[in-house]
Amino acid sequence: MLEIKNLRSRIGDTEILRGLSLSVNAGEVHAIMGPNGSGKSTLAQVVAGHQDYEVTDGSVTFKGNDLLELEPEERAREGIFLGFQYPVEIPGVNNAYLLKAALNAKRKHQGLGEIDAFEFLKMAREKMASLGMDPKFLNRGVNEGFSGGEKKRNEILQMAMLEPELAILDETDSGLDIDALKAVATGVNALRSPDRAIVLVTHYQRLLDYIEPDFVHVLSEGRIVKSGDKTLAFELEEKGYDWLREAASA
Amino acid sequence: MATESENLESLVNRRYEHGFVTDIATESLPPGLDEDVVRAISARKKEPEWLLEWRLQAYRQWLEMEEPEWAHIHYPKINYDEISYYAAPKSDDDRPKSLDEVDPKLLETYDKLGIPLHERARLAGVAVDAVFDSVSVATTFKGKLADAGVIFCSFSEAVIEHPELVRKYLGTVVPRRDNYFAALNSAVFSDGSFVYIPKGVRCPMELSTYFRINAANTGQFERTLIVADEGSYVSYLEGCTAPMRDENQLHAAIVELVTLDDAEIKYSTVQNWYPGDENGVGGIYNFVTKRGDCRGANSKISWTQVETGSAITWKYPSCILRGENSVGEFYSVAVTNNLQQADTGTKMIHIGRNTRSTIVSKGISAGRAQQSYRGLVRVMPQAVGARNHTQCDSLLIGKDCGAHTFPYMEIKNPSAKIEHEATTSKISANQLFYCRQRGISEEDAVNMIVNGFCKEVFKELPMEFAVEAQALLNVSLEGAVG
Repeated sequence: MLEIKNLRSRIGDTEILRGLSLSVNAGEVHAIMGPNGSGKSTLAQVVAGHQDYEVTDGSVTFKGNDLLELEPEERAREGIFLGFQYPVEIPGVNNAYLLKAALNAKRKHQGLGEIDAFEFLKMAREKMASLGMDPKFLNRGVNEGFSGGEKKRNEILQMAMLEPELAILDETDSGLDIDALKAVATGVNALRSPDRAIVLVTHYQRLLDYIEPDFVHVLSEGRIVKSGDKTLAFELEEKGYDWLREAASA
Repeated sequence: MATESENLESLVNRRYEHGFVTDIATESLPPGLDEDVVRAISARKKEPEWLLEWRLQAYRQWLEMEEPEWAHIHYPKINYDEISYYAAPKSDDDRPKSLDEVDPKLLETYDKLGIPLHERARLAGVAVDAVFDSVSVATTFKGKLADAGVIFCSFSEAVIEHPELVRKYLGTVVPRRDNYFAALNSAVFSDGSFVYIPKGVRCPMELSTYFRINAANTGQFERTLIVADEGSYVSYLEGCTAPMRDENQLHAAIVELVTLDDAEIKYSTVQNWYPGDENGVGGIYNFVTKRGDCRGANSKISWTQVETGSAITWKYPSCILRGENSVGEFYSVAVTNNLQQADTGTKMIHIGRNTRSTIVSKGISAGRAQQSYRGLVRVMPQAVGARNHTQCDSLLIGKDCGAHTFPYMEIKNPSAKIEHEATTSKISANQLFYCRQRGISEEDAVNMIVNGFCKEVFKELPMEFAVEAQALLNVSLEGAVG
């Protein structure tokens, strides 16, 4: 589904991704781990198409098509969802409005008509209930005055509504209490299916107690230095990242 | 007030009138302003003597005044001698009697704006008094309004048909020498609307006037007077458009509102005069004086405006809260793009006891535009228990525009409760990326964010106007990002 080959990317004069390769197939859950500054978030942003990151080499294809050619909104409509590490606040625009606009943009792309208002509300309420969210959230400004945990739940709600083929969650687990973490995990696990792929970018092994990954990759200095199954995460938790860094530079 | 010298003067004037007969037969007056021009305008409209005298006094006062320079706007000096002060559509005598007779081009322009006059009037139940250049060309629903006792007509008509009302209220809210542009308007005003709602009447429909500036190089000096008698209510909609053109046009309108005891006027404006092109060439200079006088106890005046047009906007719709428990409101969205400049806001003058006012101002700047909010809240010593809440928010799009806030407060009664909140925010790249990552195009994202920002004001607009305002905002900000 997602093929990244020898990807190099920089922001300003600083090269962050230095020849990263990764292959993600439908039905798989990948966890990307690594120390601060290793390029985890950059990878997520580049796949989503953030304009501040310049791709200098390598290729990224999604469902066989060149992803780097597409605008961010086109990538989204093709089925890529990024759960942001720091979801922005958009005062005055209510959650329901944004959700509906996003859903309709995707439906239009798929040649479908706009979603019926009643159907939309029903769907949103169901998803919110499963994530333990108060329905009042729908009428609040997008992330406006939300706590950290509320913002992350809101990301998961959007993901649940948009039903992406590829969901990349960028440190969605950071700063969450245990209840919020469980709610996020519930949302992600509900989305797991043979047609979809999920990439979890995370700093800690904790999230993986609730969402079991098929593959774990360790990123260091802009490259994947080690890949394995879920046991790699435990190993990291125990030993820290330094042993890998040493291994990589050796 | 006819003194001997004035009588003498009017005799002299009459000779001038004669001298002007041939000149005024032409459709527009030649450029330039002097007393003859004032007389010619008055004669053209067959005005009574008292009104001519009123105009002439205004003209003389204007001559002694100086153009204000305190506003945060810059424009080349206006040459008042290059402006023509009166233009009428072809042959005043065969003005259209119904919409069918209206110039199809005018109707076409309305269509482009999504305001088909026919449809709108019929579907929305709105009476339309469309001002084409300086003379009214279409007035509808007169009968239904007449049944309710409501007077809604062009200003010129009111001068002839209801002179006692016009004379009683004209200039009582905005005195002739209130300011430079008000004095100019008082001297040369061309036409406008007059509304009178009798005691206890709730106007059966929303009243609407679409102004339009058309003839080239012609100043437009509208004059609107709305009087809501005791216990009455009216909602009045004003919308403005102008076709593309290169020359700068001066517009100096006056709107006067009067509410007596327990009366309410809701005045809504959507203004989209030609703002000039992206290089700042052309566009309307809009120097407007709008003021409401809550003369009676428990009365209310509410201004709602969506301003997207004009190269220069200088406008402060205000409320004089004279009656006890009277309420003044100002809800404003002002959009400036490219090289537009706006210095706009409001004045709330608390005189009566327990008077309340609310100000919500939303300013949006894009391109290289400069926008200022200028607001005055004045609480007079006798205004026991006055309250004001001001909220003033600015939204910037891009990095070359500016927003400025000039709040003035003069509080002379210690019991007053005054609140002021102000914010300035930007549409950030991160907000746009967030929306785009959700599949929403950049343009839609900007519209969504801007509309969200303006929501508090839009909800004050009558339904169909709110839809129009939103569409207008989107058009105004086209190409503002990217």
